[in-house]
Amino acid sequence: MLADIASASQRPAPVVSAETPLRVEGLSHAFGPRKVLQNIEFSVERGDFTVLLGLNGAGKSTLFALITRLYHNRTGRILIFGEDIRRNPSAALKRMGVVFQQPTLDLDLSVEQNLFYHASLHGLSRRVAEPRIAAELARVGLASRRRDKVRQLSGGQRRRVELARALVHAPELLLLDEPTVGLDIESRYFLLEHVRHLCREQGLGVLWATHLIDEAAEDAKVIILHKGRILAQGAVPEVTRAAGATHLKGAFEQLIRTAGEGEQLP
Amino acid sequence: MTVGQYVICLNGVVRREALRWFNQRGRFISALVRPLVWLVIFAAGFHFVLGVSIIPPYETYIPYEVYIAPGLVAMIQLFNGMQSSLSMVYDREMGSMKTLLISPFPRWYLLLAKLLAGVAVSVVQSYIFLAIAWFWEIEPPLSGYLAVLPALILSGLMLGALGLVLSSFIRQLENFAGVMNFVIFPMFFTSSALYPLWRVQEASLPLYWLCQINPFTHATELIRFALYDKFNATSAAVLVAYTIVFMIVAVIGYDPARGLMARRAGAE
Repeated sequence: MLADIASASQRPAPVVSAETPLRVEGLSHAFGPRKVLQNIEFSVERGDFTVLLGLNGAGKSTLFALITRLYHNRTGRILIFGEDIRRNPSAALKRMGVVFQQPTLDLDLSVEQNLFYHASLHGLSRRVAEPRIAAELARVGLASRRRDKVRQLSGGQRRRVELARALVHAPELLLLDEPTVGLDIESRYFLLEHVRHLCREQGLGVLWATHLIDEAAEDAKVIILHKGRILAQGAVPEVTRAAGATHLKGAFEQLIRTAGEGEQLP
Repeated sequence: MTVGQYVICLNGVVRREALRWFNQRGRFISALVRPLVWLVIFAAGFHFVLGVSIIPPYETYIPYEVYIAPGLVAMIQLFNGMQSSLSMVYDREMGSMKTLLISPFPRWYLLLAKLLAGVAVSVVQSYIFLAIAWFWEIEPPLSGYLAVLPALILSGLMLGALGLVLSSFIRQLENFAGVMNFVIFPMFFTSSALYPLWRVQEASLPLYWLCQINPFTHATELIRFALYDKFNATSAAVLVAYTIVFMIVAVIGYDPARGLMARRAGAE
């Protein structure tokens, strides 16, 4: 599997369609001497629910920070609908919705005020934003809470507001970094189903980072990230089969074990 | 992005800052009480100790309260600049900075919007202070209240940009107390806010030069002159220069390629 990926990186870069929501090519990143990501390559197509699976410290958050341009990538390319995030960040960021791992709502402002703030950061006037905000809040079942302070909401509700916020400017690529961390089973299920639904109905490209294997259903695509390298990627059944396992959990453990042996740690 | 969208973005950032300001009553009251304590207690105590001779822009002998009022307005702006810098550090620690930085607008514009939002708040606070100070016989000519507006905007920009620079260098909130001690107090005391510079010159020449290069001196002087319908060109030029330098450093500090944001990530 590792050999496959190594040879893949030597192939000429494929022509990237402006229709591909996210394409990452030859991306590496280091903080000083510490290599956090090495030669990352993958795509997220329209309607793809792609699960980025990795243990804590695998490099998921760094990858998100690079895709959202919080840090610059020094090597490789990150293309959002064919636009290089380094060359044309504005065009790339415009079509992207993000839910970060850390909560990012303003607790002292109301739900609505938070969403209007976000809309203005995307250049949407209040007139345009108003119906969109109402629609997104209704979809996550929080229409009646729009005037409440965020502080008064539960953890699960806050996450739903963050999801609604990420969708206010109608992005076509949705990135979520460990969105279910700290949520109870019900909220987790709601969030997962809501995003999967959007993916199916609206053809959104979704990249969903998690360390919870059960969030990758059989019809999802999966990218297994371990210590900054992609160990496997593809449709869940394919990846499971290729690792000689019967289910994804077995495949994940098998791949990580093999990678550990390959490193020959002292 | 169209021009209209740039305006919407600025509007949104200013609105958020104003909402936060109204929600934090404590911050609002302390920002007002601080200069009033100086005016009502400190200045009263020094009223008979310090005589101020006739120096521009004043045309008569003035009581000490009148002398320090412009410095106290500048102090409001200094605290405000530092406060918004503190809120930038807080936003970064709490994650809400990310919401701002993933906006499709250019980063320099987002920082500028943030800066202007802080200036708007500090200008309003300055006017509230001046209104209250009127009852302590700080009575500049009516036209002075209008003339001081551009001065307040310029000095607010300079101090806000300084705050942005500091926020890009500060790693954590805890370090901020240190900055308060090493930035706010030295800036305030090595300036013309509390004593005219000719007095400082008599006492110590190095200190006098320190006061002269201190941007806070020029913020104070620009406000002082403007309040009495006069224009201090030197101070205005110095403030413009400092603002540009601070703004450039802040944009570099927040640049994803070169900035400290990238290096800081090592800790995550």
